[in-house]
Amino acid sequence: MAQVKVLTKNIDLANVGAPCDYQRYMDNGGYEGAKAAFAKQPQEVQQIVKDSNLRGRGGAGFPTGLKWSFVPMNFTGQKYLVCNCDEMEPGTFKDRALLYGDPHQLIEGMLIAAYAMQMTVGYIFIRWEYRKGAALVDAALEEARKNGWLGKNIQGSGFDFHLETHLSAGRYICGEETALLNSLEGLRANPRSKPPFPQIKGFLGQPTIVNNVETFGNLPHILAHGAEWYKKMGTETSAGTKIMGASGRVKNPRLWELPLGVSLRELIYDYAGGPARSGQDIKAVIPGGLSTPLLVPDEFDTLMDFDSVAKAGSRLGTACIIVFDQGDNMVEATENIMRFYRRESCGFCTPCREGIPWIWNMVNAITQREGKEGDMELMAEAGRWLSHTFCAFAPGAQGPFLSALEKFRGEFEEFIRARGAA
Amino acid sequence: MIPQTLKTELTEYVKHYPSERVGLITVMHKLQKHYGGWLPDEAIAEAAEIVGIPEPEVEGVATFYNWFFREPVGRRIIVVCDSISCHLCGCDRLVEHFKKRLGIGMGETTADGEYTLLPVVCLGNCDQAPSIMIDEETYNRVTPEKLDEILEQLSAESAKGES
Ligand SMILES: Cc1cc2nc3c(=O)[nH]c(=O)nc-3n(C[C@H](O)[C@H](O)[C@H](O)COP(=O)(O)O)c2cc1C
Ligand code: SF4
Ligand code: FES
Repeated sequence: MAQVKVLTKNIDLANVGAPCDYQRYMDNGGYEGAKAAFAKQPQEVQQIVKDSNLRGRGGAGFPTGLKWSFVPMNFTGQKYLVCNCDEMEPGTFKDRALLYGDPHQLIEGMLIAAYAMQMTVGYIFIRWEYRKGAALVDAALEEARKNGWLGKNIQGSGFDFHLETHLSAGRYICGEETALLNSLEGLRANPRSKPPFPQIKGFLGQPTIVNNVETFGNLPHILAHGAEWYKKMGTETSAGTKIMGASGRVKNPRLWELPLGVSLRELIYDYAGGPARSGQDIKAVIPGGLSTPLLVPDEFDTLMDFDSVAKAGSRLGTACIIVFDQGDNMVEATENIMRFYRRESCGFCTPCREGIPWIWNMVNAITQREGKEGDMELMAEAGRWLSHTFCAFAPGAQGPFLSALEKFRGEFEEFIRARGAA
Repeated sequence: MIPQTLKTELTEYVKHYPSERVGLITVMHKLQKHYGGWLPDEAIAEAAEIVGIPEPEVEGVATFYNWFFREPVGRRIIVVCDSISCHLCGCDRLVEHFKKRLGIGMGETTADGEYTLLPVVCLGNCDQAPSIMIDEETYNRVTPEKLDEILEQLSAESAKGES
């Protein structure tokens, strides 16, 4: 499958460089999607997004139109729109390119969503490490305000939308949408219980929608060209294009915009150029950011769309793949992976706060050749507890952990047998 | 204590939000900058006053987030990504090199107060691993040799700033 240029029509993914400014954005069909939206009723815009089959690009793949439909449209109080640009999922680097490369695309996408749900205030939640990107967005927001795309009575439509950036202070859990809302409110970023869902009671208790940067990035194109056009890209249940990436042991690590449904094998071997180290074949891939189960070579024909990756026992997640070769030891990789979750657990619920450090201790001991017989069974059982937690963070840790235990059992056992040899 | 002008500025700033507390994290970033990179007790009290919430609530926030510091840090903060792609591409080597060159471990500050060394979660540069940040600057595909160059350049800058 060939690369496409929809979300990246103004971005060179091989070298993101300076952001697309207002003039260049306009010269290349900018704000046409917003114009198309303003020519319709808000409910019609929602219907187009529903018809497009767009699914959220933040990792869970929830249908965007369906998510929006839970916002009570007869609600007369303040409703809020929030963009999730926390992007701290290890191995994921796609939102950075969209944020730094084409901030107007994000602003236009948010404007369309805001109009569709009649939300007059929005925030772009950005991780602290992307603060240079936030400054670029601030400059683009100023351009948009000056040119009448934000503020009061936008383009004479009578619709108001106030949008600003919000810098975080760093914690992976801030990416979980209810934790993000707490963080935005100036609280500790612990997740909230659902229901009530944010669409009913979100930011400051008001109806709120949180979407990912890339999800918003799709909207201008869907509105400008229509749902039918959009659905022609990708697969039947995973429409459109996806910013995919590869990092780790590949020759050509970077990002590409590809139709959903490209094969994992094509991504690894054609786009990413195959193994980086000569004589070391690729032995495993984490397909969608760290929190997705490992896939091994006989699963590389899996197509990179939401349903196919799920059928293969993993998740498309962020579609940024992490590649391991035969020279990598999966016990050591698992130690690194569990170290990340141990550090970033928000500490709110016990199986995650206590269970993950406990598991890490065992894996770490095994890497030190201090493992014991029976450790494999104990770890597998401890790993199963991770689905009994308050939020999806610990199940996210469970995916790569249990799949490593299962698919690379031999490597763990070898270390355990080598007890005392380190 | 912060100057009255900064206090007035921040007090005005938080008022533009639908609830003043929404501005808390931004206020804390600004206070931290004023106090040389960390939040002493008086900064906690000032943030509480500006936003209009009890001090323990501010303390709870200060101790939750990775980028708020409740003890003094170096003039520059070095963070080394140790997430998976950087792990595969040799971040451990960088950490070892930093430790040797600076004579400090993770979480420590050099005796001259110049650098604090910390691990960080994936910086979103996984295709150019290993990746580090020193203050606002990002450095990618870093090797120990490149590290030496970066540190030399930074100390030359600091020396220039002081003379
Ligand atoms: C631990 C955790 C971290 C997450 N981090 C992010 C993130 O950095 N960015 C993001 O867009 N979604 C992240 N999500 C998913 C969000 O909760 C939410 O589903 C998403 O922002 C919704 O946007 P979408 O429907 O447009 O995909 C995370 C979820 C979990 C459980
Ligand atoms: S699963 Fe982990 S991150 Fe989620 S609420 Fe529990 S402790 Fe916090
Ligand atoms: S893993 Fe280090 S930048 Fe992503």
